[in-house]
Amino acid sequence: MTTHTQAQGRLAQWWVVVVLASGLWVAAYSHLTDFANALLALLGLTRDTRLGEAIHFFLYDTPKVLLLLTGIVFVMGIIQTFFAPERTRALLAGKRVGVGNVLAASLGIVTPFCSCSAVPLFIGFLSAGVPLGVTFSFLISAPMVNEVALALLFGMFGWKVAALYLGLGLAVAIVSGLVIGQLKMEKHLEDWVQQIQNGQAASYEGDELDWVARFEAGRDHIRNIVGKVWPYILAGICVGAGIHGYVPEDFMASFMGKDVWWAVPAAVLLGVPMYTNAAGIIPIVEALIGKGAALGTVLAFMMSVIALSAPEMIILRKALKPRLIATFAGVVATGILLVGYVFNLVL
Amino acid sequence: MKNIKVLGTGCVNCRNTVALIEAVAKERGTEIALEKVEDMAAIIGYGVMSTPGVVVDGKVVHAGGVPNREKVEGWF
Repeated sequence: MTTHTQAQGRLAQWWVVVVLASGLWVAAYSHLTDFANALLALLGLTRDTRLGEAIHFFLYDTPKVLLLLTGIVFVMGIIQTFFAPERTRALLAGKRVGVGNVLAASLGIVTPFCSCSAVPLFIGFLSAGVPLGVTFSFLISAPMVNEVALALLFGMFGWKVAALYLGLGLAVAIVSGLVIGQLKMEKHLEDWVQQIQNGQAASYEGDELDWVARFEAGRDHIRNIVGKVWPYILAGICVGAGIHGYVPEDFMASFMGKDVWWAVPAAVLLGVPMYTNAAGIIPIVEALIGKGAALGTVLAFMMSVIALSAPEMIILRKALKPRLIATFAGVVATGILLVGYVFNLVL
Repeated sequence: MKNIKVLGTGCVNCRNTVALIEAVAKERGTEIALEKVEDMAAIIGYGVMSTPGVVVDGKVVHAGGVPNREKVEGWF
């Protein structure tokens, strides 16, 4: 009885905190420009100078990006408690190719897993009878459609760009999975994986969580993600501010513009060896676009940085033979190229 | 005597989980036999896909991240 009332008390506390924090969040987010202007004036600078303009960008973008990120990461932390990998596997097991690919790509966005779990997750899916192509749809969409990137794109470029990113990212994951499934590459899994695939795995269902646990998961998610990425974000905003203040208008258009046909493939190639999180790259994206770079080119760069990273391939190499890795990289790269060109064409 | 296995490929979270379980067991004075399972096939055999996972006396009690202290205390 006492533990029951205690639990209710903790839940009530959480609701008060969440409602208050949401109010503060909205208030702060709607006064970003005033805040930047006031601080700039305090520094004795105006936006007429290059230095002033760069600093204004920094003062406006830092709180904006951090606020957006904290809000979205909290909400995602809660949503993810509904989709433990074990549950996702149960949802995907026995789904037909096609429907399965669409579902897998969508679940890729909301299912939490850290990159060191990529291999057990991959094999866990296969052992439950999820087809190889459907498993790949999940593995591709998970990094490609990144919730942090989605939130930041929404905040900086509006819902149309965010929706295009979401839709095309999902499309790449679905089609890539279908293609890999069609190629029948099961024999290019490492031998030990093939053996497990034929066997039967036990299933672990996971705990039933209450709302206190879900809120706590949201808080921990903020701690883990925002706590880790804020230095990258600040670095990104600094670079962005520099570009914004000092690089002349239309400078980027000459080599990252819409009319440069080779810009998209070059951006994809440039992205592969780099490994950073979406959060650090978005402020740079914003500044580049402000200087005449085409959105598709920049997005292709961003997608290739987060979806085709070399470290991820090295982890997957434990379970996949080189030909399957190469196919995976090739199919995803083609998808990203198409996205880049489509964006450049449409916007 | 509790038989505990930590399933994981050896990333930071797995090591933290092992350290936490050892600390709590010591505090409680519970004797444990702790084993690390790093073999991927064995991990999958338990039906766990998100590491670290924890098995107590043959039963999977946790998967997907470092368990919180309360949860670990509940196992003893």
